[in-house]
This record gives sequence, C-alpha cells and structure tokens, in this order.
Amino acid sequence: MAAPLVLGILVAVTVRAVLYRSSLAGFISERVEVTSPLNAWKRVVEGLALLDLGVSPYSGDVFHETPLIIYLFHFLIEYSELVFMITDVLTAVALYLAVQDFNKVVFKKQKLLMELDRYASDVAELIRTPMEMHYIPLKVALFYLLNPYTVMSCVAKSTCAINNTVIAFFILATIKGSTLLSAIFLALATYQSLYPLTLFAPALLYLLQLQFIPVKLKSKGFWLYTTQYAALYLCSLVVIVCLSFFLLNSWDFILSVYGFILCVPDLTPNIGLFWYFFAEMFEHFNLFFVCVFQINVFFYTIPLAVKLKEHPIFFLFVQLAIISIFKSYPTVGDVALYMAFLPLWSHLYRFLRNIFILSCVLIVCSLLFPVLWHLWIYAGSANSNFYYAITLTFNVGQILLISDYFYAFLRREYYLTHGLYLRRKDGTEAMLVLK
Amino acid sequence: MAGAVAAVLGLSLLLGSTGGSTGPPRDSLREELLLSPLPSGDLAATFQFRARWDSELHREGVSHYRLFPKALGQLISKFLVRELHLSLTQGFWRTRTWGQPYLQAPAGAELWVWFQDSVTDVDRAWKELSNILSGIFCASLNFIDSTNTVTPTASFKPLGLANVTDHHLLRYAVLPREVVCTENLTPWKKLLPCGSKAGLAVLLKAERLFHTSYHSQAVHIRPICRDASCLSVSWELRQTLTVVFDTFSIGQGKRDWSLFKMFSRTVTEACPLVSESKIYVDISSKTQENELLEVTPLPLSVHEASVQGDRRTYAVYDLLSPSLFNVSRSLNVQLKWKRPQDSLDLSTPVLHAQRYVSGYGLQTGEISTLIYNTHPYRAFPVILLETVPWYLRLYVHTLVITTKGKENKPSYIHYQPAQDRRRPHLLEMLIQLPANSVTKITIQFERALLKWTEYTPDPNHGFYVSPSVLSALVPSVIAMKAEDAEQSPLFTSLFPSSDGSSYFVRLYTEPLLVNLPTPDFSMPYNVICLTCTVVAVCYGSFYNLLTRTFHVEEPSRGGLAKRLANIIRKVRGVPPL
Repeated sequence: MAAPLVLGILVAVTVRAVLYRSSLAGFISERVEVTSPLNAWKRVVEGLALLDLGVSPYSGDVFHETPLIIYLFHFLIEYSELVFMITDVLTAVALYLAVQDFNKVVFKKQKLLMELDRYASDVAELIRTPMEMHYIPLKVALFYLLNPYTVMSCVAKSTCAINNTVIAFFILATIKGSTLLSAIFLALATYQSLYPLTLFAPALLYLLQLQFIPVKLKSKGFWLYTTQYAALYLCSLVVIVCLSFFLLNSWDFILSVYGFILCVPDLTPNIGLFWYFFAEMFEHFNLFFVCVFQINVFFYTIPLAVKLKEHPIFFLFVQLAIISIFKSYPTVGDVALYMAFLPLWSHLYRFLRNIFILSCVLIVCSLLFPVLWHLWIYAGSANSNFYYAITLTFNVGQILLISDYFYAFLRREYYLTHGLYLRRKDGTEAMLVLK
Repeated sequence: MAGAVAAVLGLSLLLGSTGGSTGPPRDSLREELLLSPLPSGDLAATFQFRARWDSELHREGVSHYRLFPKALGQLISKFLVRELHLSLTQGFWRTRTWGQPYLQAPAGAELWVWFQDSVTDVDRAWKELSNILSGIFCASLNFIDSTNTVTPTASFKPLGLANVTDHHLLRYAVLPREVVCTENLTPWKKLLPCGSKAGLAVLLKAERLFHTSYHSQAVHIRPICRDASCLSVSWELRQTLTVVFDTFSIGQGKRDWSLFKMFSRTVTEACPLVSESKIYVDISSKTQENELLEVTPLPLSVHEASVQGDRRTYAVYDLLSPSLFNVSRSLNVQLKWKRPQDSLDLSTPVLHAQRYVSGYGLQTGEISTLIYNTHPYRAFPVILLETVPWYLRLYVHTLVITTKGKENKPSYIHYQPAQDRRRPHLLEMLIQLPANSVTKITIQFERALLKWTEYTPDPNHGFYVSPSVLSALVPSVIAMKAEDAEQSPLFTSLFPSSDGSSYFVRLYTEPLLVNLPTPDFSMPYNVICLTCTVVAVCYGSFYNLLTRTFHVEEPSRGGLAKRLANIIRKVRGVPPL
C-alpha cells in the first residue's frame, strides 16, 4: 500500500512544482478565495520585512499570523515553496495513517456489534468488508493531495496548509490514542486559528471510546479522564502562548490574532458569509451580529456531541465542516480539509439524496468565483452583489452537502438496527421519514 | 483751581507713564507684495504680512493686543503652541513649468503644529486646536482626527527658535479634499490690522483672487529672536497669500500684466500702522545686457538678492516714501515685455517631483514617485514623507527605490504601519539623489473594502491621498550671504538659512485620487436577510437531523391532492400512490 501512496505523492509534488514555475503562481496568490487576510503569504513576507525594519509586525493591521509562524519562516523563508509542498505531503501521510487505523477500529467495532446481535438480520449489504475498505486510506490521501483547492492553496503559499497539517496530526494522534500528543496538537491548532477548540469534544469522545470509558455524567472515570485531557490541552496552550510572548516580548499578538479573528474588522471579500454582511451592517447592530455569527460556529458542538457520541469521527468531520463554512475568514484550503474525509463515508452513497445537484453547485460556483470577481473588480460591469450571490450559493451548497451526509449516516444507522427491508404493518414497502 | 488739578493730574500721568519700566510690548507690521513673472508667461503674486510682537505670550498675562490678532494670540497662550502653520490651497504649483516656489503648500488644507514641551496631552490639545482653527478660518479643519494625523520624525523641523525638538510634540495633518473659497479669505483678511481698507490688502478682492490657477493662503506663527543676542523671544505672525494668474484666462493671451489687470484695483496708500510697505517686481534676466521686462512707473530703487541659489534683481516700490504718489494718486505697476516670448528659456528647477498611481482594477495598485535632481554635478539628500490613508494597505516589502537603473538604499527609513480606522501609514525616508538623475520610488498597496457608512456621499469620485512632502537642502550655484532678517525682504527670510551654500526647499507632490471597491449601498436589508437565511438553512437542517428520529411512515388517508393524483393515475393505468 505504500507504493501507490508514494506515487500519488510524487504526482502531487510534480503538479505543484510545475505550477510554481508557471505564470499562474502570481495569479493564484492574488485570488481572494485562496488567501485571506489571516493566511496570505504576502502578509507573512510583510511581517518579516517589518521586523527587519525594527517595527513590531503587530503594530499595524496587516499581519495577523501567530509569532510561531514568524519564528518558523524567519529561518525558512528561502525554502518557502519546499516547506509548503512538504506540509501538504505530511498532511496526506498523516491522514493516510489515521484512516488506516480508524478502519481497523471500525471493523473491530462492527464485529463486536455483530457478535452481540445488535444488527438486524437482513443488513448484510450494509456491513463493511475489509475488501471495500482497503483503498479508503489511499483515496483519502489522494483526495487531499490532488484536490484543486489544495493545489491552489499550496501554490499560493497560504498558511492554511500549515493549519491543515497541524489538524491532520491532531487527528492522527487522536486515532492512535495518544492523549498527550492529541492535546498538544489540538493546542497548536487552536493557537493557530482559535476555531479548532470545538474539536476538543469529538477527540475526547473518541479517546474515551478507545479506553472503554463509558460516557456517563455520573461516572468518575469519565470525569477523571476529561479533566486529564482538558488539563493537558490547557497547559500546552498556555505554554505555547507564553513562548510566543517571549519571542517579541509583548502581548500585542493576542489582539492582532485572536481579536482580529473574533471582531472581523477587515472586510476583504472571501468565500465566507461575514464580509458583505458586515460591510452592509447598520453600525448600531455590529457588535450583536458579530457575537451571533461567532457563537454560530461553537454552538453546534454540544448538540452534535449528544447525538453522535457513539460516532466521534463522524462528529469530527461534521465539526470540521462547520468550522470551514462559518469561520470568519474561510478559504478553499479549509474546504479541502474536510472534503478529504469524504471517501471515508463512501459507503453512504446509496442514502445520499442530492449529491448530484450539490456537486454541480459546488463545481459551478468554484468556476464562477474568479469570473464574477473579475467582472466586479477589473471590468467594472458587475457589482459586489454578483460575487456575494456566488458566495451565498457556495455556502448553501456546502451546508446541504454536510447535512446530506449527516442524513445518510443517520439513515444507515437506523437501517443497521432495524433492518434494511422494512415492511409496514400491512406488508407493503415502508417509507422512512424524519419525525 | 480746576486748572491746577488738571495740571497736577496731567503731570502725574506723565510721570506715571515714563516712570514705569515696562511699557506695552512693542509690535511692528511689515507688508510686501512680490510680483514674479514665471517662465511660462504666467505671473505669480505673493503677498506677505508680517506682524512681530515682542512679548512672551506664555509667561506674561497679556490682555492688550494691537497689531497681533487677539484670536491667534489667545490660541497660542491657551494651547501652549510653539509653532503653527496653516495653509489653505486650491490648485497645484507646477514646479517644472513655473520654477521653484518660495513657499509651496499642498492642495487642500495643511496644518502642522509644534507644541511646547510642557503640554501633557498633545493629542487632546491638537484636537481642540484644530476645532478652534476650523471656527476661526471657516474651514472644515474639524475633520482632522487621528485617521489623518501623523507625527513625522525627520521632516517639519521647527522654523523658528527651538531648543527642544522631541518629535512627539509635532503633529501634521493634510485634508486634500478641502476647498478654498471666499469664506476662507474673509476671516484671513480680518486678521490684518488694516483689514482690506488700506495698504496692499486693498488688492485682495475675492472675485479676482479665485480666478487664478493657484491660490494659497497661509498663516505661520513662530517664535524668533528679539535681537542679535537672542536673549528674549518675540512672536512672528506671517500671513502669506500666493496667487498665479494665468496668461490665457486673465491675460487674454498677452503677457503684459498690471496691478489693475490682475486685481482690478490699484494701490492708493500704505496702511498707516505698518513700518514698511513695499512692492517688489522680479526683473532679473538670464543674460546681463538685455532686459526683458519693462516696468512702469519707473522704480525708485533696485534691490539685488540671492534667492534660491540665483542672483535676482528686483524693482522696489516703497509705498511709504512720499515721492511715490507724486505723479498720480494711485500706483498701478505695469509690466511690459520687450521681446517676444519664444526666446525665453525655461530653466528647470534643481529639484522637482511628481507622483502617480499605476495599476488597474480595484484590488491592488502601486504608488510611484519620481524625483528629479537636475543639478549638473552636485548630489544631495532629500527627505520624503508619505502619508497614506489606512484603507490603502501599503506593503513595505514591495518598496523599491531605483536611480539610473540601480537600486538606491535610503540611509534612514521610518515606517509606521497603519491601524484600521485609527491612524494612517507614515513613511519617511532619507534618499540620496545623485547629480543629474531621476529617482523612482514605488510601493504597492491593496485597496480595502470599507463599511457602507464609511464611504463619502459620492463614493465613485474616489478617495484622496494627501501629497507627499519633500524637504531638501538644495546646493546653490552661487554663494548666498546670510542677511539680517529685519533688513531683507520678507520673501528671503521664510526659511532659516544655515549657511550660504544651500537653501531649504519644501516641495509637495500632487494629491492622488484612488477608487475603492464599493458595496451596493441600496442593499443593507437584503444582505442581512439573505445571509441570515443561509445561516438559518444550516440551523434548520441540523435541527431536524439532531432532534428528529426516523420512523416508519404510517399510511395516511391522503389529502385532496393525493386523491386527485390517484384518480389521474387510475386513468393512466399506473399504480396509485
């Protein structure tokens, strides 16, 4: 299995290298769908130039990266292209290993449930076999590496790729069952962009499952493990934040990075919902809607945790998708990360209802983004409403995609426990509704 | 008896007035008009009114103002101002065609102030000062706030006496969008002791002054040495007004000028309060023998001065000399050209600059500044100060300075990046200009999308970028001797001269007009509704999936629509629903 992966990696690296040397590299790095004020490479270079001039990079409003990125690129600025290609490869390899281990866990759990007779009798079609699951890790790795969104993110040298790598390592550490590493990588991911805080819940649920600790509020083992994990996470976060303080000897970066993510002062257009909303917001309601939109990202965690406590990795996938859609400055790199997980749920294909329309919507919107941007900014024949409309459609497409997968997952779980061929009381074929 | 009392009273008053050692502070007023024909055929007229007051405004409680205007005197003592320079300008001084200006001002309103070092809260003093000045001069200086104020570190050094130069006491702001009109001229004229009733101020009529290519009125307040020993400080108020009359619109194509043609008035008398009132006409010629310009009436004296590195000759009309108004009651200075104009050579000034925006589209752009040093063999440094508003995000790593194709590294850079909605970018550089060269400075920027309430009512007009300032000590061709400020004409003592080999020049470039991408201003409600709809789609889908469970559907009787559909299906022969 290693050989196809290595081949895939080589192809991906070649594609990126070719694009780096072509004239498309400049065009892609200017695209607002690929870079945002948070992770643009131009701003990293600007921050390092400010540091060379003796001015703190956080004294202005152009640099919003964490101090560890300054530290990393201070030494690696010459090899930036290599760094980004390596991060993509590392992400793909981490996802590959994670999904491989996850498949083993899924298979073991399925076997246990079958022996316990939890499944209905006629669900043989729905049972997953090692044969069909054999190529899933490779598909996941290739889905990430060869996704046009990922390629564009890498060519634009957006630091979203580094963020994705840290999250991928976090997922690998969680699936392997290492509490410490999982906490450390989650702290790094939260330090980088704040929203992965919500991934604490699925990781905790998964680790509890691995340790065979039942999730009961009265159980002492549950609270013990939760406090252990939370303490590790918070301590590593505090250590990383303090290290960043010592880099530049000031706390300016907290306001520049986290204040910026939460308050959304910069209204540069991107593929998200925030920019036009706050460009057209009445000044009086600005604070209220900023709070509402930020709460919206964190709000789904508890209900999803309650519903999906038996399936923490699916919960992780849905949570990642919600972060990518509703974060304050999304880019296609964030979309690429959760899309890489879609091959994991390829067995849900028969239950998906709108997959064709949704994929058409997503592809067409991705193609229309640069067209309508050009018409607004360069040709002047369209206005901002056109780009905004495509943003809305793209986000609706993503939302419906995730909820479609969620629906299919829940439906399969129902069939597994109640039987695939359902009959009504009078013997006719039954219809399932969500009531 | 009454007579004796009156005599005693008179005597005591006399004794009292002469017995006191401190009388009221002495003040003096000088006025001057300089007419300089420009190489392109236009004529520049520079008025200067200088009030000098031997008083220490900050220490003594002053209540009696004579020649120094009370409004400005109170301002200086209340806000502990050390220097104040305010200019309101309409038009742009075209250095390349008109030559080096005596005192250039940027288009719009410019205010820079040095505060005393005893001021604790400089920003508050600055805000109150700009608001009060806005009221005094009827200009919208109240738009000066932290988003267009900067604190330069190297430019704008004090022009008067200075012992402490902590640059945190300096504030500088430019409002490029400000328009100058009659309602700004009237309060400016009101500050003059004679008003516009006598002296040279009689010529300041608004309908002629605003019919010009360039109109700049300024107020400069600074402390100067009272005498050569410089033990005590006097306050100097200079009010300058520079206008450039255009050959084609005023002169009807002819290059002959006269006071009546320009101002539609003539001078009849000097202001009785002035100690000196003169009109200078620049009659210097390039070649020694031929005089190009003939002035009538014949000047009583001729003054030679070395100004801006050039030896110039001026015809002088002293309005206080009794022989001036012997022939006629009014003085109408007339300038006639003896030779046709195509033989004039345009001497390019030693230092001039231009600035423009390049790039296309509303996403990015590039500001380019070209600085020309036309001196044949001398190189000199120039300080460039650029203030760019926060919504044009500058990227200082794209700053490129090239001279003659090679990179030119500045020896001093001070860059203060902007903070959104709080302060603008400040870029100050000391650049060495080699002899006979063009230096190109380019920097790239990104245009920000603002909130819909932050756009001006005409958003597609664009946003102004204030002019950049170039300050340089230009080496002069001839040696200039430092003259006593009291004896020399006012236009030679505008800037303090350190030595005779160079003169100080401050140039401004053009203001820039930059377009920003605009949102649709008619859509706030629609946008809120549509975005909230998308969020609600997510919320609704997830709510359904999280709170509802799957059930086998119970067959229902079906509504009317279903029964109708079943009837149609039976007709077609298809199984019913």
